[in-house]
Amino acid sequence: MKFKNTHKDYQVTDESIYRSRRKLIKAGLIGSAAFLTSHALALKLPKHTINGQFKIEEMTSEKDATTYNNFYEFGLSKSEPAEESGSLITDPWSIDISGLCEKQGKIDLDKLVMRFPLEERIYRMRCVEAWSMVIPWMGFRLADLIKYCQPLSNAKYVYFETLYDPKQMPNQNGRSIPWPYREGLRMDEAMNELTLMVIGMYGKKIPNQNGAPLRLIVPWKYGFKGIKSIVKIKFVDKQPLNSWQAIAPDEYGFYANVNPEVDHPRWSQATERRITGGFSLFNSRIKTQLFNGYSEYVADLYKGMDLRKFY
Amino acid sequence: MNRYITLIKILLFGLLLLPLSLMVWDGFQNNLTADPIEELLHRTGIWALRILLLTLAMTPLKFLTSQFIFIRLRRMTGLFTFFYATLHLTIYLWLDLEFNWPHFFEDVLERPYITVGMLAWMLMLPMAITSNKFMLKKLGKKWKTIHRMVYLVLILACLHFIWLVKSDLTEPLTYAGIGLIWLLFRVMVYRGKRTQNV
Repeated sequence: MKFKNTHKDYQVTDESIYRSRRKLIKAGLIGSAAFLTSHALALKLPKHTINGQFKIEEMTSEKDATTYNNFYEFGLSKSEPAEESGSLITDPWSIDISGLCEKQGKIDLDKLVMRFPLEERIYRMRCVEAWSMVIPWMGFRLADLIKYCQPLSNAKYVYFETLYDPKQMPNQNGRSIPWPYREGLRMDEAMNELTLMVIGMYGKKIPNQNGAPLRLIVPWKYGFKGIKSIVKIKFVDKQPLNSWQAIAPDEYGFYANVNPEVDHPRWSQATERRITGGFSLFNSRIKTQLFNGYSEYVADLYKGMDLRKFY
Repeated sequence: MNRYITLIKILLFGLLLLPLSLMVWDGFQNNLTADPIEELLHRTGIWALRILLLTLAMTPLKFLTSQFIFIRLRRMTGLFTFFYATLHLTIYLWLDLEFNWPHFFEDVLERPYITVGMLAWMLMLPMAITSNKFMLKKLGKKWKTIHRMVYLVLILACLHFIWLVKSDLTEPLTYAGIGLIWLLFRVMVYRGKRTQNV
């Protein structure tokens, strides 16, 4: 058997990678040459500011936040998303914008991201299963994206869809839930200053298992509202049917606001187990806060609404 | 086969301790996921149910093989079921609720999946207490009545599992299916006996 001599090819460093390495070394961002791989470069985030306004309790460790996930497209267990999501191709990625708005059509994610100011924010994340994390996200405000799309006056809701491609998302072959995953927000919720479109976490590009390359974060709502790997955004005039509401309407509503007073029909929402990352066997339960502790930003959105009825 | 009963019993004892050993091992390796309490709750619960199904398999196995040894192993597997169920309950009460009794009573009264789970454990308690030879002799016919409750425990345990699952029922329904087979087997054998007696 004869081996083709190809070592010359792979020893040559692509010039653009080389140039960016030089930049990084100059900037003093990376000290050790061992980290100078294209992989490390792929994890680099674009320029962004750090917003200290939302700094809160002890953060969850990066390892926990990236290995304990609900992302049914890759499996139903918490560990499968991290193990199985390597098949997801996030570059290139485009988002299809449609419905009641001026800007229509597919737009490349990289081009979209360049348009908006990016910032890091630390938010609480409360899962409907009564556990919670504290995570530093990086992204842009959904409000900025909506303004860019120029919605018409009759656009009352924003509807989102996750990628549907069983080749990349193997568990979409199973029938555990109807695919693709769907979510929606009322326009004023979507425009709220807290609502983020996330492209990074822990100072890196967001990993596949956490919803790469673009996901929604609505910190005062249960985690399932934060739809992952978004490919479609549509402006509509009627309240969209989100996936969990479609699956079990008596258990999951459209609003899904974190509320210790409104229990899940089968379990209590009064307390939560906070996942920090230390030795957590004796972590005490903490009290769940109304709107996950973000009342001052969002309580006005629901004035006069019966939160038991609109859960 | 009966000559090796002691050896088989020792082997089975070690085997049934494996799930617990693995939990302890994973605990020291920090390998119990990001939410170790949830993980331990799930593992102890699952193993209690699996060993319960193994216990219920003993009688059918005796009928099929005519080997009495299965009946002699049944007490040990039954007690291990109770052991894992008690660990499950202890973790829930101690690590998860931290002995917050009002929370516990609210759970038991208002959450059906916890109600049936608690009921299943309470029904197992008298079985565990009366599992020794002394009680067997003392109770006579009553003993069988007490221990027939194991089928009720099985139904409650399956409900406990089914009602806490968020969307995918494959796993709890698989266990329920196996349980149903054992149950049907018992009914058939019982009927067979009755016709023989006539």
